[in-house]
Amino acid sequence: MTPRVVFPNRILPYLLLAPQLAITLVFFYLPAVQALYQSMLREDPFGLRSRFVWFANFRKVLADPAYLNALHVTVVFSVATAVVAMGVALLLAVMADKVVRSRGLYRTLLIWPYAVAPAIAGMLFLFMFNPSIGTLAVLLRKAGISWDPLLNSTDAMVLVVTAAAWKQISYNFLFFVAGLQAIPKSLIEAAAIDGAREVKRFWTIVFPLLAPTTFFLLVINTTYAFFDTFGIIHAVTGGGPGKATETLVYKVYNDGFVNLILGESAAQSVILMIIVIALTAIQFRYVERKVHYG
Amino acid sequence: MARASDRKVASGFRKNPMLQQKSSKKLASGQDKLMIGQSMLSIYVAHAILILGVVIVAFPIYYTFVASTHSLQTILRPPLPLLPGPEFWNNYSQALTGGGTRIGGVGVVTLLVNTTVMALGIAIGKIVISILSAYAIVFFRFPFRMTFFWVIFITLMLPVEVRILPTYKVMVDLGLIDTYAGLIVPLIASATATLLFRQFFMTIPGELVEAARVDGAGPWRFFFDILLPLSRTNIAALFVILFIYGWTQYLWPLLVTNSNDMNTIVIALRKMISFADADTQWHLVMVTSILAIIPPIVVVVAMQRWFVKGLVESEK
Repeated sequence: MTPRVVFPNRILPYLLLAPQLAITLVFFYLPAVQALYQSMLREDPFGLRSRFVWFANFRKVLADPAYLNALHVTVVFSVATAVVAMGVALLLAVMADKVVRSRGLYRTLLIWPYAVAPAIAGMLFLFMFNPSIGTLAVLLRKAGISWDPLLNSTDAMVLVVTAAAWKQISYNFLFFVAGLQAIPKSLIEAAAIDGAREVKRFWTIVFPLLAPTTFFLLVINTTYAFFDTFGIIHAVTGGGPGKATETLVYKVYNDGFVNLILGESAAQSVILMIIVIALTAIQFRYVERKVHYG
Repeated sequence: MARASDRKVASGFRKNPMLQQKSSKKLASGQDKLMIGQSMLSIYVAHAILILGVVIVAFPIYYTFVASTHSLQTILRPPLPLLPGPEFWNNYSQALTGGGTRIGGVGVVTLLVNTTVMALGIAIGKIVISILSAYAIVFFRFPFRMTFFWVIFITLMLPVEVRILPTYKVMVDLGLIDTYAGLIVPLIASATATLLFRQFFMTIPGELVEAARVDGAGPWRFFFDILLPLSRTNIAALFVILFIYGWTQYLWPLLVTNSNDMNTIVIALRKMISFADADTQWHLVMVTSILAIIPPIVVVVAMQRWFVKGLVESEK
């Protein structure tokens, strides 16, 4: 970095930083340290005494079938959500890149879901697909498809994935559009002159050149599916039926606030923290790569 | 180095007719232009797919609106008609005045006020504290500058969801449960906004600072008269993103509000729905959903240009 012109002042910068640092320390670092400490404590059944058990909570959590189930559910949910949300968004972005007329209108109409809270998105889909009063559920039944997201675990998963993916389409769409515009048109026209058809042009030129955007969105969508979809799960299925849609974050909440198993909930928090750190690290590695190649 | 590549993305982005309204308007009056290797047919197919996409994306919101204009009896006998019904005034006035008693005695207006306070508080609070800390980190040199930067940076890796319980404990200890401060303050410290401002400030030429200093401007004068006006677009973009972020929060208000009159509208909606008994007042739920969805949509659509620019540039 080039040396910058700066203001000579000894106290002011600390004052400027103070508000953010204070909030960061009280609401981020203190709780994070407490989570670490708590994750190594085990409380007696009455919550009166606790003793230090080192990594016993982690061993217990990682061996717990319910936790492994939550991990499995989270992976399935995240992959499905990311694939659906990104696939639909990419298709729409490629189409939007082709047309000139009413482009702005399409964009305006496609960004709405971004403003809808995930929990509300979930509730809207539940309203449409609710087996007793949901109009679309009635139509599905008439078409001969048995459908009950309140009892059938696959249906429940399909419902939460649909709601989560729907909400994320706008975001992915905006990024894919920006990514497509960065691809030089001359490249595609050259391929067309060489006789490559549209589908081939897409898979051999456009898609590889979009890889950075796709990869970036993959990380973002995974993070979204892991963390921001708590509202959808909580509002739509409550983790059910059974534990079919209980994701990791939902389980941390459920064990900590509903079942009050503090030590194990904290251990789960710490594991989640490690997952976030890994995802963030991947994201930044990618940013670095983009600098070199871009 | 990172900035050079960003600028490339940004300039590609500016040339793009779709994201620049002026040129898109100019072209919209004309025809779809064909590139080499494109047929008119494929353009029609593209329009068809886009229209289908819009229908799928907009349908849940449209359908909620439709449901909010029908009586409960109509809703309970699916399939629901595709067009709005006659109960618009009835349902909306019931929800806005008397019908609010369904949500634990709290009117929809209170919920909207709570949510607005929370969303505005988070958006403005985040912008203020991050612009100040970014200012300190970029325009001053002092011991532990980079340490502080990293302290802030690492919070990227600690979203609320991973430190739920201990953060809740801190809130209880500080007596912040069921207060606006409790809803807002823990969410306003975030690395993203600080990083964005830092990145932008670093593109400001040193000559500008030098000139200001030669003219006798102190750090505050420089901040208010030069830096803030230059950051206007960034602030606007960030405001939209953070307003939406605040408005759509779920886990945090669920934890820190116990009493019904401190609920946000999203949490209250969740409480209105019960599937076990056929007790849910669906027509009022739908009205409340519409009222919960409209404000952020208006903000996003009205400030679309800044929002898209801010989103795509800040996340890259």
